[in-house]
Amino acid sequence: MSSSTQKIILDILSYAILIFGAITMLFPFLWMLSVSFRIPAQQYSRSIIPDPITIQNYIDLWKNLPDHSFPYLVFNSFKISTLTAAGQLITCAMAAFAFAIVNFKGRNLLFSLLLATMMIPSQVSLIPNFIIFKYLHLIGTQWPLILPAFWGGAFGTFLLRQYFLTIPRDLVDAARIDGASLFGIFWKIYLPLSKPALAALTIFVFKDAWNDLLHPLIYLPTDMHQTTLTVGLAFFQQQLQMGGKFTVLMAGAFLSILPLLFIFFIAQKQFIEGIALSGVKR
Amino acid sequence: MQYGLKPLGREKLWLWVMLTPTLIGLAFGTIGSLLATLVLSFYEWDLIRPPQWAGFSNYAALFQNETYIKAFSNTITFAVLYVPGVVILSLFVAVLLNRKIGGLGIFRTIYFLPTVTSAVATALVWNMIYGKDTGILNYFLESFGMSPVCWLCSNNAMMSVVIVNIWGAIGEGMIIFLAGLTAIPRDYYEAASMDGANDAQQFFKITLPLITPSIFFQTLISAINAFQAYDYIYMLTRRGQGDSTVPVAVYSIYRNAFNFFRMGTASAQAIQLALLVAVFMGIMFWWERNYVVYE
Repeated sequence: MSSSTQKIILDILSYAILIFGAITMLFPFLWMLSVSFRIPAQQYSRSIIPDPITIQNYIDLWKNLPDHSFPYLVFNSFKISTLTAAGQLITCAMAAFAFAIVNFKGRNLLFSLLLATMMIPSQVSLIPNFIIFKYLHLIGTQWPLILPAFWGGAFGTFLLRQYFLTIPRDLVDAARIDGASLFGIFWKIYLPLSKPALAALTIFVFKDAWNDLLHPLIYLPTDMHQTTLTVGLAFFQQQLQMGGKFTVLMAGAFLSILPLLFIFFIAQKQFIEGIALSGVKR
Repeated sequence: MQYGLKPLGREKLWLWVMLTPTLIGLAFGTIGSLLATLVLSFYEWDLIRPPQWAGFSNYAALFQNETYIKAFSNTITFAVLYVPGVVILSLFVAVLLNRKIGGLGIFRTIYFLPTVTSAVATALVWNMIYGKDTGILNYFLESFGMSPVCWLCSNNAMMSVVIVNIWGAIGEGMIIFLAGLTAIPRDYYEAASMDGANDAQQFFKITLPLITPSIFFQTLISAINAFQAYDYIYMLTRRGQGDSTVPVAVYSIYRNAFNFFRMGTASAQAIQLALLVAVFMGIMFWWERNYVVYE
């Protein structure tokens, strides 16, 4: 067998496997979409094309849930995720700049310590943090979800430091000769030149906050006006266990992933490069 | 002397302003919490009455608590199934995509979707897909003449949950491996095929050794995720009263701390989980020293 026929056979085989895999990856999303456009009587139908197609589930979801809770859930998730992203962006960028550019005593030790904390499972900090917030009387508010974002983070600092290190040092030296201050170099050189990495971190943090289940479960009351989309959806599902409109639940699930799908499609490059960057040997 | 900008005069103050949030995070968020959890694990505390010194009794009780032993062994079983699953499948997908065939962008986007979307939302639809009488998966099985499976019953739930977790993680692994694969110089392969090496030989003699740093990284990340896996498991296996058909260690920590307010017991479990992670890290770094090839 010639090597070109062999290559063609391998290509066909690769395509077959990749397409099968792609269908498996995509199917749950298509199914979610399909169920969300069905009439409730057909929620268990085996056909992927709804017949008839209805948008009533989306209307029910937005307008007819008890206490009109869905818009509140969306708003809470947006608020918490945006503030979390802002907190991480500011604090991680400052620390990453210090670790990448500034020469100070104990830099390597502090950075190693920070990296080592990536290995500590987050469950370990769950209990002391809960106790601290309890004594601050913040349990039941959204603060315990937002405040920790403002005390930096190993992952974000590491990611931005990696990127800062790729920026040519000559720029710093030239700016220094022109009399630029430390903060000026950070603000006018490093931040504008690091937009891709900053975008990647923003997306990661926003995504994790948006999708978080454990922390809202612990800190927020089971009041559908106070909690997030993830907790709300989990709660609706539990209520439906005895039989109910799963079509509305699927509409909720689809709306809850829509913002991230949107962000992903416009910023796919940053997203993927960010992940690749986090895997680079340090 | 390492290269770096020297802070001049008042700039020292700026430097510490920039580092303060991170230092607070280390003190309260991570290292401080680790120490606090360690201390708490030697006390009995329900957050109402004052803490009582308990010595090692919280730890001793763990080994007699059947629910916890079940949860701990579930965590290990989960990791043993999940980590190789993610690493092998995402490497496989990355190798196929790296064959320079068309449609890379589309495949990459599709495989990556579950990584972006919330586990809660996708678990809701997986719950429907896995349904015993009404689910589409059993419908497929039956149309191929197989008998239906109770996917989320206690004897199958572990496998079903592992499948969904792997489904959710392949995308990220694929990106890590693609980055590693594209870094391998093309001429290595050209030289090898001139010497008559076939595809399989090239994979095992060139690709696999040179991709070990990515394999190491991905195994590490997957394992950390496995020990802390929660969302899909919670959404797919919870029963009444916060119970689960596949209780894992995180589940147990959560219930003890926030349902039963046994802070000492929960802390001891958290410390044990951290120790499990630490032992695993030790093994991984030993492996890195001996088998991972950095250029």
